[in-house]
Amino acid sequence: MSFFDLTGTLKPLTALKQFGKQPHTISYPKVKKEAADRYRGFHYNDLEECIGCGNCSTICQNAAIDMIQIEGIDGKKGDSGLRPRVDNGRCCWCALCVEVCPTGSLSLTKDYLYVSEDPDTFLWTPGVDNPEGKERVSFTSTGDSSLNVFQRVPMRELEGKERVKSFAEVVLGYNEAEARAEASRCISCGICTEVCPDHMHIPEYINAIAAGKDDEAVRIIYDNNPLPEMCGKVCTRRCEDVCALAHRGEPIAIRWLKRYATETAVTADITHEIVNPVIKESNGKTVGIVGAGPSGLTAAYYLALRGYDVTIFEANAKAGGATMYGIPKYRLPIESLDKQIEYIQSIGVKIHFNTKVGKDITFKEIYEKYDVVFMGVGFPAAWTLGIDGEDAQGSVQAVNYLHAINSGDKVEIGDKVIVVGGGNVAIDAARVSKRFGADVTILYRRRVEDMPADWEEIEGAEDEGIHIIPQAIPVAVHKDENGRVKSLEYVLAEMVPDERGGRPKPVEIEGSNTTIEATSVMAAIGQMGDYSFLDEYAETIKVDRGRFVVNDKQQTTDPKVFAGGDAVNRTADAISAIADGFRACKAIDEMMMGTEK
Amino acid sequence: MRDKATTLYIGPQHPGITGNMMVKVQVEGDTIIKARTEVGYLHRAFEKLQERRNWLQSFTLLCRFCVPEPDPVEESYARAVEMLEGREVPERAKYIRVLMLELARMGSYLLWYGGQNGSLGLYTMGQWSVGDRNYILDLFEELTGGRIYHMYIWPGGVRRDLPEGFTDKVLRTMDYFEKRLKDYDDLMFTNTIFQKRTQGVGVISKEKAVEWGVVGPVLRGCGIKSDIRIDDPYEIYDQLDFEVPTAEGGDIWARALVRRAEIRQSIRIIRQVIEKMPSGEIYNKIPNPLKWALPKGDAYARTEATRGEIGMYIVSDGTVNPRRTHLRGAAYVHGVSLLEDLLVGENVADISAIMNSLGTCPPEIER
Repeated sequence: MSFFDLTGTLKPLTALKQFGKQPHTISYPKVKKEAADRYRGFHYNDLEECIGCGNCSTICQNAAIDMIQIEGIDGKKGDSGLRPRVDNGRCCWCALCVEVCPTGSLSLTKDYLYVSEDPDTFLWTPGVDNPEGKERVSFTSTGDSSLNVFQRVPMRELEGKERVKSFAEVVLGYNEAEARAEASRCISCGICTEVCPDHMHIPEYINAIAAGKDDEAVRIIYDNNPLPEMCGKVCTRRCEDVCALAHRGEPIAIRWLKRYATETAVTADITHEIVNPVIKESNGKTVGIVGAGPSGLTAAYYLALRGYDVTIFEANAKAGGATMYGIPKYRLPIESLDKQIEYIQSIGVKIHFNTKVGKDITFKEIYEKYDVVFMGVGFPAAWTLGIDGEDAQGSVQAVNYLHAINSGDKVEIGDKVIVVGGGNVAIDAARVSKRFGADVTILYRRRVEDMPADWEEIEGAEDEGIHIIPQAIPVAVHKDENGRVKSLEYVLAEMVPDERGGRPKPVEIEGSNTTIEATSVMAAIGQMGDYSFLDEYAETIKVDRGRFVVNDKQQTTDPKVFAGGDAVNRTADAISAIADGFRACKAIDEMMMGTEK
Repeated sequence: MRDKATTLYIGPQHPGITGNMMVKVQVEGDTIIKARTEVGYLHRAFEKLQERRNWLQSFTLLCRFCVPEPDPVEESYARAVEMLEGREVPERAKYIRVLMLELARMGSYLLWYGGQNGSLGLYTMGQWSVGDRNYILDLFEELTGGRIYHMYIWPGGVRRDLPEGFTDKVLRTMDYFEKRLKDYDDLMFTNTIFQKRTQGVGVISKEKAVEWGVVGPVLRGCGIKSDIRIDDPYEIYDQLDFEVPTAEGGDIWARALVRRAEIRQSIRIIRQVIEKMPSGEIYNKIPNPLKWALPKGDAYARTEATRGEIGMYIVSDGTVNPRRTHLRGAAYVHGVSLLEDLLVGENVADISAIMNSLGTCPPEIER
C-alpha cells in the first residue's frame, strides 16, 4: 500500500453526506424522553396495600431501605404501621424489593430525574413523598414474577368417608420434607407475632424448621407455650389470618409447622431431653391453681420453672380443661395431650385430679394455704335454647355431650341428630355424632359465611356428609309420648342489614315453619361461667358481665388472686388462655420477688 | 546516542485509558522500553461482597463487573447456579437469554468502535456508533427496565417476558444496522489513517497468544478459531447457524476485522433466535430467596463475551450465601500481563489504541 491511497482518503469523506442532518438521538422541539413501560425508576408504594412487613428492606442488598414510622399510619392487626423509606443515593434499582413484596404494594415508576443540592432530600418515603407516582407506575410485581411462594404445601388428610368410621386423627401432619418446604416459604416478617395472643416467636421457630433444626424449634416454642402440640393441632391461629403471604396467596401453615416440630418429640421424656428446662432452685413460695386448663397449666409450668411450689386442683379425672373435654379426639388425640401434661408434671407441677373446688375442697382453704392463687376455671355451663320442649329426653347441651364422649361415656343419640349453633362446639358435636353413625344436621341462624367456626372445620363437616341449614331459628322441640325428642320445629330467617353498621341480623320469616324429625337436639349456642365455688370471696373478687374483672397483669380485684382463660377473655380460645397464664406467671413472679414495676 | 529514558504516567484519569487504571511506561524518545500497569483505582471487592449477600442478592452485583456488557456475567452466574442446583430453564428463556447476549455483544462492539477510533483521533466514528448504540439500549430498556444495568438474566430464567411488539422492533433495529454498518466501513476500515495506525501495531504471535491464555476476538485475530459458543455451546447456541470469523496478523487491524465481522454474525443470530423462539414459560421459579440454600459443591459456567471468555465460578457450603465466587475474565490476562509485554517496543502514541484493541476493562480486572 502506497502512502497515499486514493480510496482510503476519499471514502471517509462520504461522512459529509450526514452534513446538515438532524442528530437522530435528539428530536426537536426537545421533549423529555418517556421511559419504557417497565422502566425501573423511583419507587412508589401504595400505602393502603402495604402492611409494613419489611421484606423489601430485608432483600435490599444495598441497605437502601429503612422501615420508618409515618404520621397518620398506625399499626394495627396485620400491619406494623411502618413504611419503607428509600435512600435514592444507595438504591441500584434492581427492583428485588418489588419482586419480594408480598402484597404487591411496592413498584417502580417511570420517573428517573431528581436534582437537589441537599443530599438529605434523597431519602424518599415512596407514596408519601411522591403521591403522583401512582400514575407513573411501571415496574410492578405480578403474581408470576413474584419471588414469594404463594402456594402452601397441602396437608394430607383422611378421606371424608374414612374419617367418619372412627375417631382417628383427620389431619395426618407434615412429614419432614413437607415441613421444610412449607417453612422455607416464610419471609420472617413477624407480622404474625404481634397478633398471636401469646406472641409466640413464630418466625424464629419456622426458620429453625426450615434450617432442619427441629430441636431448636421445639425449644423456641416452649419459650412461652407449654402446650404447643395442642396448639399445633387445634389453635384458632389468628397468626395465619394476617400472614403477609395471605394477601396474594395462601398463608404459611404456622399451626401445622408447630405441630410438626412438637411431634418430633414423641414422648414426655424426649420433650424433657430436647427442651432441657432450667428449673430454678425452690424459692419457698407456693401457688395454688384452680383448674388444669390451658391457662392454669401455663401459669403452673412457668412458675415451677421459676422455683415456685405449684399445685393444681382439677375437678375432672384428666387435665387439659376444654381442650381435653371439649375438643373431639379426631382433632386432638388423648395421647398427645397426655404427653404434654406428663411433661409439665415432670418439672414438678403437682395436679390433684377429681378435686372440685367448692365441693372436695373449699376455695377458702386454697386461698389461705397458698401465697398466691390463680384461677383458670373456664366456662363449664352451657346456654340453653330457651324454647318449648327443651326438657325432652334427648335434648342436650353440646358441650356436655362432648364432655361425656371424651370421658369415655356412652350417650344415646339415636340416628337423627340436630345441632343448633355455628361455632366450633357445634361443628365438633355434629362431627362426633356423625362418627356414631347418626344423620346430622346443623341449624344456624345466619349464613354459612357468618359461622364463627373455623372454615376448615366447616369444610370438614360438609365433606363428612353433614347437612347445614343456614338462616334457621329453632322454635320448639316436639316430644313423643315417652317424653323423648321427636322433632324440631324451626323458622327460616332473612338477613336484614343492620342500620348501625353491624353485621346483618336474622329476622324470622312468618309462616316458614318447618319441622324435621330428630332423635337428639344439641344446643351449642354458647357457654358461661360458674363462680359459685368462690363463696364469701365473691364479694372481693368481682365479676362483670360473666367474667372476672382483671387488670393487664391478670390480677383480679383481690391482689392475691389472678385469673385467666375463658373466664376472663372474650376470645375464648386456648392460645389466649395460654397467654393469660404466661402473663399471670410474670406478674406473680414480679409481685412475689418484689421486682414489680 | 541513546536517549535518556523518561517515565510517563498514563492514567488513571486519561481519555485514552479504558476506565480507571494507570499504565506507567518508560520511554526513550517515543519508544516504550518498559511498561507496568497500576490497577486498584476501581476495586470494589465484588467477589467478597457476594459472600455477604444471598444467592439472589448476589445477582444484582454482577452487572458492575462490566458496564458495557453486563449480560454475559449475569448469564454465567445464573447458569452456574442452575448447574449446581440442577434447575431446569424453560426453552423460551434460553432463547431470550441468547437474544440478550447478542444484543449486548452488538452494544459492546459499538462502544468499542468509538473507543478504538477515538484512541486514534477519529472521533466521528465514535459519535456515530455510540449514538447508534442507543437503539440497542432502547431495546434493553423496553425489555428489562434498565438501559445499562439490566439485571435481567437470573437463576431459573429471565425476569420478564418480551413486551408486545418487541421482536418487530428488534428486527427493525437489525435492518437499520445492516445498512448502517456500511457507513462504518467507509469511515473506518477503508480509512488510510485507520489502516496505517493499526496494521502491524500490537502484534501478538499465535504461539504467544496460546501461551498467555489469550481469548476471544484477540485470539481469533491471531488466526486461531476459538469460540465458546461453538467449542462448549451453552443455552441454544448449538441450534443456531453462525460463523466464527478469524483474521491473520495478530495486530490491532486483525482484531478490528474480527469484531467487524462478529457484529454481522450477531445480527444473523438475532434473526434466527426471533424466528425460532418458542412460546411458553420464561422462568422456573426459585424458592423463597431468603431461605434459598444451594447444595454443597461448586460450579463453573463460561460465556463468550466481547472480550473473550467470561466465567463465574461459585462455591457453595450449603447455606444461603455463596462461600466464594470468582469471576474469570479476559481483561486481567489481556489488560495487565499481556499489555505490559505488548507495549515494549511500541510507540507511546499507540498505548491507547493497543489497550482498546485488547478489550481492557478495569472493573473486571479489579473484582
